[in-house]
Amino acid sequence: MSLPSSEEIIDDLAFFDDWEQRYQYIIDLGKSLPAMQDEDKTEDRLVRGCQSSVWLKSQIQGEHLHFEVESDAIIVNGLLALVMAAYQDKTAKNILAFDIDGYFQALDLERHISPTRGNGLRAIVAKIRHLAEQQS
Amino acid sequence: MSLDLAALRAQFPILSRQIDGKPLVYLDNAATTQKPQAVIDALVSFYTECNANVHRGAHALADEATRRYEHARDTVANFIHANDRQEVIWTSGTTEAINIVANGMAQQLKAGDQVLVTEMEHHANLVTWQQACLRSGAELHIAPIYDNGELDLNAFATLVNEKTRFVSLPHVSNALGTVNPIKELTRMAKAVGALVLIDGAQGIAHGQVDVQDIGCDFYAFSGHKLFGPTGIGVLWGRQALLENWPVWQTGGEMIAKVTYECSTWGSLPNRLEAGTPNIAGAIGMAAAINWFMQLDVNAVQAHEQALIRSATEQAEAFAGLTIIGNASNKIGVLSFVLDGSHPADVGFILDRQGIAIRTGDHCAQPLMRRLGVPGTARASFSIYNSLDEVDALFSALKKAQSMLA
Ligand SMILES: Cc1ncc(COP(=O)(O)O)c(C=O)c1O
Repeated sequence: MSLPSSEEIIDDLAFFDDWEQRYQYIIDLGKSLPAMQDEDKTEDRLVRGCQSSVWLKSQIQGEHLHFEVESDAIIVNGLLALVMAAYQDKTAKNILAFDIDGYFQALDLERHISPTRGNGLRAIVAKIRHLAEQQS
Repeated sequence: MSLDLAALRAQFPILSRQIDGKPLVYLDNAATTQKPQAVIDALVSFYTECNANVHRGAHALADEATRRYEHARDTVANFIHANDRQEVIWTSGTTEAINIVANGMAQQLKAGDQVLVTEMEHHANLVTWQQACLRSGAELHIAPIYDNGELDLNAFATLVNEKTRFVSLPHVSNALGTVNPIKELTRMAKAVGALVLIDGAQGIAHGQVDVQDIGCDFYAFSGHKLFGPTGIGVLWGRQALLENWPVWQTGGEMIAKVTYECSTWGSLPNRLEAGTPNIAGAIGMAAAINWFMQLDVNAVQAHEQALIRSATEQAEAFAGLTIIGNASNKIGVLSFVLDGSHPADVGFILDRQGIAIRTGDHCAQPLMRRLGVPGTARASFSIYNSLDEVDALFSALKKAQSMLA
């Protein structure tokens, strides 16, 4: 299944009026995020949060950056799918221009990306942006 | 006398908070407890009425601050049955207290010596000893637990021997809730001449800690897990040991005489308390202890037992839930996993329902590996929690389970 775009996600989430539906949507997104190959989940690709962990594998494909991501927690996986909707196969320039905090605010999920949450998401965003900076 | 729970709860302003429009159900008490108004008032009173640095009194305010601060030391000494007020050393918390002891031991240990900790340590009582052993060449030994989270007493007995110089173990496990038979374990360690530290971070808030009765040499705890402020804690140690213990930090307050070439150290308790102490913290901690001591300890303990019993019964009846840690003597903690779900996901969905628990490794990574789980969800109870809140936990868990299925 192909993941929705960031605009589609904002629209979809705006449609739900209770937290349960919103979380269910994120959980379902998390389930549909393609799993990484086990041999790709190496220690150097691991961002260990104190509650959950995330792996990030990145590749440069011409102008574009391609990522594989996976978390051991399904909700974090869903949040990663939101991040991927913004960053997957984009150019370094697009990635750096994207307002990720504004995006999570629009989704009313900013508390999940806040630096105080030990889910590794903030660190993944920083890694992706760092990569994009090196490319541009 | 039974506990008037409504009156007790009313003393904790934060308990009337709402989270996302739902009443806060605070079940993260092993991480830190909430503070009663009496503690908040003591902090405000100190800063509004008598803030000054201590022990440097050229003025009335400094005298008053010093009196309150030193009186707080008496309160702690009395609370844990210290022989002398000088045996109470203020620290920033349990972690610093253990560091003072481990650092001092590192200077006395040598190759061939052994230090014994357990498989259920918080990192604060593991990494400290691991590093002390690495520095000194001593061996670190780990007393195993059974799968149910209870210490294997037979294995412990064979691990303490004439080479064992130090034994450090938790009063109560923060990750599993296991209450260790610290008196018996201390006796076994003392029989071979080892020194003993009890990590009391989780033991202190359940009442009736008597260091004389335990028979240990050191007992460490934090104010913030005992209804007091963060940033303050206590190392209790026997006077004869502390008097000659290697100094921890150096600087002001802890010296007797200083020249450019050398310094001599002051006497107890100051020799182990360099720099301006956490004055307000100490006063706040004493206020917490005074508040706690006016409760009926038997009623408090009966209530805590009722909470853990109800939580355990409901957990056992909950299909798809596995309790992590089934020791026969447990207090305050229900650690668990929902089969097929990551603890972090369970925590997210509980949080959304106003239920505050902790998920993860609980600063006990080797313990999690030993138990074969990446982490657990941990509900931890304090004296102000109600049986209704235990019920709320399980109905929130039902929802989490159905959403994550
Ligand atoms: C058993 C145990 N030991 C030590 C500590 C460390 O306490 P502190 O962080 O207050 O220094 C804790 C805190 O979680 C604990 O539960």
